[in-house]
Amino acid sequence: MSTTEANPGKKYTVIGTRPIRHDGVDKVTGRAKYGGDIRLTGMLFGVMLRSPHAHANIKSIDYSAALALPGVHAVVTVDDFPDAENKIAELGEGAINLQHLRHNVLAGPKALYRGHAVAAVAADTVNIAEDACKLIKVEYEVLKPVLTAPEAMKPDAPLLHNNVYTNSLGEETKQLSNVAKHFRFEKGDLEAGFKAAKVIVEREFNTATVHQGYIEPHNGTAMWNSDGKVTVWCSTQGSFTARQQVAELCHIPVGNVKVIPMEIGGGFGGKVSVYLEPVAAILSKKTGRPVKIIMNRADCFEGTGPTPGSYIRVKMGADANGKITAAEAYMAYEAGGYPGSPIGAGAMCVFACYDVPNGKVDGFDVCVNKPHTNAYRAPGATNAAMATETVIDEICEQLKMCSMEFRLKNAAVEGTRRIDGPVYPRIGMIESVEAIKNSDHWKTPLTGKNRGRGIATGFWFNCGLKSAVTATVNFDGSVGLVEGSTDIGGSRTGIAMQFAETLGIPVDQVMPSVGDTDSVGYTDVTGGSRVTFATGWAAYEAGLDIARQMCQRAATLWEVPADQVKYENGGVSGPGGKQISFKDLVVQTCKHGEPIVGRGSADPQCPGGAFATHCVDVEVDPDTGKVTVLRYTASQDVGTAIHPAYVEGQIQGGAVQGIGWGLNEEYFYDQSGVMRNSTFLDYRMPTCLDLPMIEAIIVEVPNPGHPYGVRGVGEVPIVPPPAALANAIYNAVGVRMTQLPMSPPRVLHEILAKK
Amino acid sequence: MAKKRIVSTTINGTQKDFLCEPRQTLLEVLRDSLDMTGTKEGCSNGNCGACTVHLDGRPVVSCLVLAVEADGATVETIEGVACNGQLHPLQDSFLNNAALQCGICTPGFIMQAKSLLAENPNPSEHDIRFYLAGNLCRCTGYDKIVRAVQDAAGKMSGCCSEAKV
Repeated sequence: MSTTEANPGKKYTVIGTRPIRHDGVDKVTGRAKYGGDIRLTGMLFGVMLRSPHAHANIKSIDYSAALALPGVHAVVTVDDFPDAENKIAELGEGAINLQHLRHNVLAGPKALYRGHAVAAVAADTVNIAEDACKLIKVEYEVLKPVLTAPEAMKPDAPLLHNNVYTNSLGEETKQLSNVAKHFRFEKGDLEAGFKAAKVIVEREFNTATVHQGYIEPHNGTAMWNSDGKVTVWCSTQGSFTARQQVAELCHIPVGNVKVIPMEIGGGFGGKVSVYLEPVAAILSKKTGRPVKIIMNRADCFEGTGPTPGSYIRVKMGADANGKITAAEAYMAYEAGGYPGSPIGAGAMCVFACYDVPNGKVDGFDVCVNKPHTNAYRAPGATNAAMATETVIDEICEQLKMCSMEFRLKNAAVEGTRRIDGPVYPRIGMIESVEAIKNSDHWKTPLTGKNRGRGIATGFWFNCGLKSAVTATVNFDGSVGLVEGSTDIGGSRTGIAMQFAETLGIPVDQVMPSVGDTDSVGYTDVTGGSRVTFATGWAAYEAGLDIARQMCQRAATLWEVPADQVKYENGGVSGPGGKQISFKDLVVQTCKHGEPIVGRGSADPQCPGGAFATHCVDVEVDPDTGKVTVLRYTASQDVGTAIHPAYVEGQIQGGAVQGIGWGLNEEYFYDQSGVMRNSTFLDYRMPTCLDLPMIEAIIVEVPNPGHPYGVRGVGEVPIVPPPAALANAIYNAVGVRMTQLPMSPPRVLHEILAKK
Repeated sequence: MAKKRIVSTTINGTQKDFLCEPRQTLLEVLRDSLDMTGTKEGCSNGNCGACTVHLDGRPVVSCLVLAVEADGATVETIEGVACNGQLHPLQDSFLNNAALQCGICTPGFIMQAKSLLAENPNPSEHDIRFYLAGNLCRCTGYDKIVRAVQDAAGKMSGCCSEAKV
């Protein structure tokens, strides 16, 4: 088995088991309906025309010829959307200015990246719509693009916007710039900290733009009815967030929009922002027919938010005993065409694993001519960990200290204050490092030429946010559970398990489903590693609500006062040893009185941070620079593993995305800002032949901020891999990698430079 | 628009005739004309394997096959893998091993793995990884998929040969 469970959760009956997911059979038989599978009577097909230029003024758009093509029903541009308010919409994991969102959905007055949508056609078939796009005449004034943060920060850099002024250290300036924001976190006395250091290491890092790479392309289908009500079917990480964005962009009340979330084929942060849904809605309004739009793969790469490339400089000092004395970071993240990169999170994460007495972090949010960046699994944290964790490896080398001991010595613990302010509650940083130290992998020596081992640690906050659940008890004692979190990886089962645990009933007696925005309470996005934590909590509350109702029924049945009965062990107990199971009580009393419906909602504030430590063995081919992963072990504090197999799956999947980020994945741009590898062949994600098994070690340090001790799990496993790989490469062939990805040409370049 | 063609095929054991344009892919016809949406579209240029089906017993990415090429051929899709409501051992082992997360790549993986086990009933881990390398999964890191295929192979080696193909 790939898992060692530190605390096999003996106090629970459902939590910690591995039931088959409720939606499993539909998904292995092809019956599950994803966004692209929707078919509606009279449906039209939409296609977007996209900018061939990375940076251009749009002088005019003439679509008369397209509209005249037989089979074409409507063409829209940004002018078909009402003006948007200059306000920020919170999207759960990230926020966006609505004017920017409107212009990101359909460009105007500028195209800010290659692939930026400029118009959309609705036609009888996709082929006709594609032909029509070719007939749209767009007059561009091509401008010089700027493609990296350091370039875009230069005073003479081409400007993307004429209305973006730098917010500098909290103050709005009058400085037009590509730098939308500069902020700073400080703690202690940095200068004194570096003076006290015996060893100081400072390095610069550059990381490439990478994509979430979900296999299912973006899709959106909308029907704008004659009563002004809009129904949207889509694959989204947040049906309520999608509803809000569609309503805001179309200037209609949220109550007029119903989002029906279809099954979603991967998101990883990339399916929070809308791209197609509002356009499908406006096309539907114009045609009176449902309109469906699906992106092709190149559109996904070029037209949706990847995660930012970055420039990071990290300087750290440690004393002779290996205690960190000071740490400083300068971090510039590419926001893409519009402000709003995950620099804030990156800057908070950069030293978050350690107790840093004196620190300073400067963060910059920088517009460049690339797609507007979006969240990608622990957004911002992976770039940051690459810098910190490799600098630590170098410090340890100079101090001749085991980097494992260094991490344990400096680990953040309960009470540690991060540079950006928060003080940690009970966390499992030390436990995650110790789990690797005690692993079979760490204890097994690595031998062989050009081989090396590396470790790295990572942190992610995790989110709380709002969730809602409704439970309806059936006459046979089974329960229908409707929850608002779109389920990307089996979360409806994890939520049902917490509900079943609360009532002490078998999980196969709970039927979870994901509701649309009219049939379940407001629920924030599936992101921030929050679903099992927060929606699970809502399910726990719904279980308590039903338990209360069951107690009342038992009291009535037994003719005893309500305060003399108690819900425990899967049923109700009362005076004189009276006991009845949940199911029996339902069967006996369901015909009388009102239906039994439970509700639960949550907005929990203490998600409990997640820490992960990864260990990797690599072999580097000195002739080609190719890095082969020989063995991989990932440990993580997960609080409580609700469904251990799904927890392992999150750890394994996140680790492999991190391996892809570390070794191969990147957007290749030419000088004109055109992405040259917008296919899955050339954007090189890991295949199963590239990998060994990924050993997942589940560490359980229960989160005191959750009834079952849950911490978010999904995101942090992507954070350590690039740094762990870089440290392993150094130990294999003696070169320090400071650029991501560490693809064969880059590694070979360093090997040759060393010679 | 080019004239539509009549194509006669056998899909999942049933005779199926359809009309299609010469430029339409088998994937398009399966999903859009025949409403068999179990076969998934991930990239439409043959790179991800999500649309894998069997054409005359051979695994193909249906986005790179023209529908007219299926004339006279037998096609097997994910919808035909379970038999009379009974899951195939691979489908069972994908569920038991938690080998799917979002599930969009799962039909393609099952079709490809089914071919592998028909060719090689006792594959090594490397055999599995090599044979499935054309199918991308972004959620699982492949660990549990490889284990599910190993598990199914173990279970199927005791079965009648019919269950293997």
